[in-house]
Amino acid sequence: MRSIIYLVIGIFFGIVLFKSEAASWFRIYEMFQFGSFHMYGIIGSAVGLGIITIQGFKKFKIKSVDGTSIHIAPKEKSVSRYIFGGVIFGLGWALAGACPGPMFVLLGAGYLPIIVAILSAILGTFLYGVLKDKLPH
Amino acid sequence: MNWMYDPWPWYVSGPLIALVMFLLLMFGKKFGMSSNLRTMCTICGAGKTSDFFRFDWKAQRWNLIVAFGVVIGGFIAKNFLSTDTSVELNPEVITELQAKGFASAGQAYLPELLFSNTAFSDPKIVLILIVGGMLVGFGARYAGGCTSGHAISGLSDLQLPSLVAVAGFFIGGLIMVHIIFPLIF
Repeated sequence: MRSIIYLVIGIFFGIVLFKSEAASWFRIYEMFQFGSFHMYGIIGSAVGLGIITIQGFKKFKIKSVDGTSIHIAPKEKSVSRYIFGGVIFGLGWALAGACPGPMFVLLGAGYLPIIVAILSAILGTFLYGVLKDKLPH
Repeated sequence: MNWMYDPWPWYVSGPLIALVMFLLLMFGKKFGMSSNLRTMCTICGAGKTSDFFRFDWKAQRWNLIVAFGVVIGGFIAKNFLSTDTSVELNPEVITELQAKGFASAGQAYLPELLFSNTAFSDPKIVLILIVGGMLVGFGARYAGGCTSGHAISGLSDLQLPSLVAVAGFFIGGLIMVHIIFPLIF
């Protein structure tokens, strides 16, 4: 039963990403050229509403449907891993024109070359796992 | 119902993305797409090489199901919820992209140069997709999250590390588009 709920949430998210054009390489390029408010509006309004949601969860001590408390695990303290990791991710985001969510969307939409990017993203994740202890964190 | 078939404006899309995060939290889960890449490594046996991949991947099954849903969502949106998928970009950006060889700018959802099936026969394009993908996968895990985990979830929770990561995403993107693109396109 739960699996069906997760599947429906995923389908909904995939539709939103495609229809919002957040999965378009062109929109990502345009964002980094400061050519349009579109992507900033999407991320900004999602975060704005997200902040209100999370603050609401905390203030009213909202529980999940299973009765557990809701919280987003705090990220570990560091600056270097977020800067280095973030910049590397950003380079790839602009080059491939897609982050992980949109990669799955584009696969479903039938743009087959994205398979190359997805397999490479899995390989990149693997490389991080192998090199992790040698990197500054 | 025409609005459904047109591209959705940011003020509809952004709140709907927040709704996705809300729903996942209400079901006791979290919003993070790139974690699936790590799970896929584990399923492929990467635990033999690095303890980073030694975890019970079945606990992440729900997220793989979400990702599978995203694939289906992409199929539905493209084939049943869109009439014209061309992206109406800023005209200046279109001119600039066309000068760089992106003839389909303004007329398609993705650049044909990179994402039509002819891309497979051009080694330079394949290399671009490989490098782009690897940077995304490597960087997301190094930074501990991608756009959904850091930019949406982390910032919504007012977490400072996520702000640093998102600043990093933008610095990387700006370097790619403004400094590296002129060298490769």
